[in-house]
Amino acid sequence: MLDSFAEAGLDAERVQAVLGAALDRGGDWAEVFAEDVTRSSAMFDDGRIEDLTSSRDRGVGVRVMVGESTGFAHTADLSESGLVAAARAAADAARVDGPGTTIAALDPRDSDVAPVGVEPSSVGKATKVALLRQADSSARGRGSAITQVSARYGDSDRRILVANSDGVFAGDRQVRTLFAVNAVATGDTGQHTGYESVGHSMGFELFDRIAVDEVAAAAADRALAKLEARPAPSGTLPVVIGPGSGGVLFHEACGHGLEADLVAKGASAFAGRVGQQVASDLVTIIDDGTMGGEWGRYAIDDEGNPAGRQVLIEDGVLVDYLWDGNRARVEGRASSGNGRRQSYRHLPMVRMTNTYLAAGESDPADIIAGVDDGVYVAKLGGGQVNTASGDFVFGMTEAYRIEGGKLTAPLRDGQLIGNGPKVLTMIEAVGNDFEMGPPGTCGKDGQGVPVGDGVPTLFVTELTIGGTAA
Amino acid sequence: MSTTTDTEPTALLELARSVVARAEPGEELEVAVSSGSSTSVKVHGGEVESMTTAGSRSVGIRVIRDGRVGFASAGTFDPTVLDQMLVEARDNASFAEPDEFAGLTPPDGVEAVEIDLWHDEMLETTADTKIGLALELERRVLAADDRIAGVRVASYGDGFGVAALASTSGIESASRSTSASVSVQALADDDDRSRTGWSWDGARHAGLLDLGPVVDRAVTQATGLIGAEKPDSGTVSLVLDPNLTATVLGLISGTLTGDRVLKGRSPFADRLGEQVGALGLTIACDPTDPTSLGADSHDGEGLATRRNPLVVDGVLDRFLHDGYTGRRSGAGSTGSAVRGTRSLPGPGVQALSVAPGSAGTLEDLIASVDDGILVYALAGLHSGVNAVSGDFSVGVEGIRIRNGALAEPISECTIGSTLQRLLLDIAAIGSEVTHLPSGTSTPPVRIDGVRLSGN
Repeated sequence: MLDSFAEAGLDAERVQAVLGAALDRGGDWAEVFAEDVTRSSAMFDDGRIEDLTSSRDRGVGVRVMVGESTGFAHTADLSESGLVAAARAAADAARVDGPGTTIAALDPRDSDVAPVGVEPSSVGKATKVALLRQADSSARGRGSAITQVSARYGDSDRRILVANSDGVFAGDRQVRTLFAVNAVATGDTGQHTGYESVGHSMGFELFDRIAVDEVAAAAADRALAKLEARPAPSGTLPVVIGPGSGGVLFHEACGHGLEADLVAKGASAFAGRVGQQVASDLVTIIDDGTMGGEWGRYAIDDEGNPAGRQVLIEDGVLVDYLWDGNRARVEGRASSGNGRRQSYRHLPMVRMTNTYLAAGESDPADIIAGVDDGVYVAKLGGGQVNTASGDFVFGMTEAYRIEGGKLTAPLRDGQLIGNGPKVLTMIEAVGNDFEMGPPGTCGKDGQGVPVGDGVPTLFVTELTIGGTAA
Repeated sequence: MSTTTDTEPTALLELARSVVARAEPGEELEVAVSSGSSTSVKVHGGEVESMTTAGSRSVGIRVIRDGRVGFASAGTFDPTVLDQMLVEARDNASFAEPDEFAGLTPPDGVEAVEIDLWHDEMLETTADTKIGLALELERRVLAADDRIAGVRVASYGDGFGVAALASTSGIESASRSTSASVSVQALADDDDRSRTGWSWDGARHAGLLDLGPVVDRAVTQATGLIGAEKPDSGTVSLVLDPNLTATVLGLISGTLTGDRVLKGRSPFADRLGEQVGALGLTIACDPTDPTSLGADSHDGEGLATRRNPLVVDGVLDRFLHDGYTGRRSGAGSTGSAVRGTRSLPGPGVQALSVAPGSAGTLEDLIASVDDGILVYALAGLHSGVNAVSGDFSVGVEGIRIRNGALAEPISECTIGSTLQRLLLDIAAIGSEVTHLPSGTSTPPVRIDGVRLSGN
């Protein structure tokens, strides 16, 4: 990967020069982060291919640290003078003051860069567009009540280079491909929506793995089911979460609270609890940036550290937090490879990758059969957490009432709310049917990064359901 | 790093023109160019955590040929990349399907208001002043109340942006603006958890920022929520301060755009001229109001902005259109195209303005409620609001109102309704309008009959 940057003029010699400029008036540590991202997408809506868009973004961010204080500057000007100007601006922002700091010789490292089966750029736009048309006709074919369909194809090719004054010099290439369908069904009860998306860290071979007809049908069926939906109940009930998309529950309920930067600032309900039982002993939660093909996969994080597999909670006991370089340095330990940033214009911070609750032993059918009066959430949308209080919400986009151990009426969209630390202790059954969920974008302090999550079927003794039915 | 010429709109307009001049016969071409510079400072524990300075440049190229739209963008003015993007945009257009209404929007004769969004003071603000403001904000929050245990982050940010637009349809516009803001999240200890209060302010330059109300709101909310518990389910009234009124009415206004209406994705699509809101409710989108931080003289397609009433005394008056949806609906553009340089324009809300009512202050609204909630924060707006069906279910934290007085704090509960119902259930509108940093101007409101889900 380093070769492609060298071709653009960003070779080891120039990187070394920029690091030198960043530290020649003092400062403890400096880093050069270069990024080159190409994106293409095509949008089908309202019965036709609406538009195709392409973009290219290439730039460099320079970080200079003095103690725990960071100076940062970024530029899209890759000439030597542009890069040196950015390095000096970062040093000024860090308020360096002193003699120059020596930097280690760059030591190029190999990264476990994921192979790309079929380069998205090698596939004609006509082929991509044909997938969208096919999705539209498949979705509309599910029923005449489908009144609107939109579908989106997108791919991105992100190359990064990370070098720092400790001698780290590494690169990665992250290719992601996504396909999503949104359907609207219209009936006597108004308009209802259904959404389905699939995305993986891979090239166009994604479409050898998935059938766009099935993605489209899932979106359409979800919208159609809601024509008959009742308002969701309002109040506290037992909840069964279906496999896959329910992973967002743990992303919100505890994942963010286990990010070491939030822990250090007293903004986590999990601060000071390592080694303690924080969850039901059925709960094992892992964050794994190495999972092949998953949306949050990478070879190195945006600080040059190899992606890791970090066990966060094992059999209910809090094992460790997630770490980036800054927090790891302060605590005198190694980064867990979770330092990520949205782009070269952003500073890295602690982020999740692919976060999941490991499979248990229960038969999912038995879990549902054991609930007399509750809610089954087949599909979750996004969510949000206040890490300080632990309270989180997430949206149900496909849900059913459970009555007498059986799924009955579909429910309209509503939100579930709970408290992360409390909910972890209320998980009384974990299924053997683990699945990863759809691709997600996790937002934190204004930065979005791709993440994956997953769960098997699981039973939570109570969550508050924010419906409108009395 | 940006050079001084980047602060001159004429230089960017020249660049946009030079690309437009390369249009081929039979091709419509629109070029948006922007550049900017920004600084952000984050402090924690009396120290600078990070300081970022940066310049940015963006170009977006829209090509339309035979009713087919293609778009490409880049984060640089590098001529070789611009060449590549022009080729990409043309190539993209060749794969889109024709639409008889696709096309660039020509000037429509509406005169643009003159609004000065540029304050030289912002460029003269020193790094010490910027850092000092963030540190002062943190210090004042910590000192305001013994129960404040910490500040998660206190930050200051400012910057300027210069933008230009040119097209083969005869559009030429250029503008520049400055802005500055501060924000803080306060943490209050509450047994094994913390309570948070967040607040911010924004202005055209640092000297116009007012830290006092920012400190008060963050501290009042964080400490007010200490001891909050999950309430019982029931039906309640909500009192929304101007910030939260802006949030809720912003969500609803976002469904009143031409693309949502034409594509059958708005719950208000067939309701022009009908009573969709409470009597007395008047909402406009008004980017021509120079006091709004959302003010702008031109929209994202270079047309003059204008004041567009959306709801007048509860009656749905119009939808917001850009050139495309204006042509397709027959209503014409309302000058409501919004865009980033790097994305295609679409109709959107620029600067929401809610007319004052006669229900007095926020305190008067609280005093008028028998059983309700003074809302401090809403959670899950992106996952709990369906802009097509109108289903609305979001997490809420705040203070219970009983018999006209503030009572116990509540959390871990949701409020549920529909966007359609919320508009009709606005029962009282405050008398005084607040101009918010988001660009929205609104009084506080009271909404009745909302479902509270807790125990």
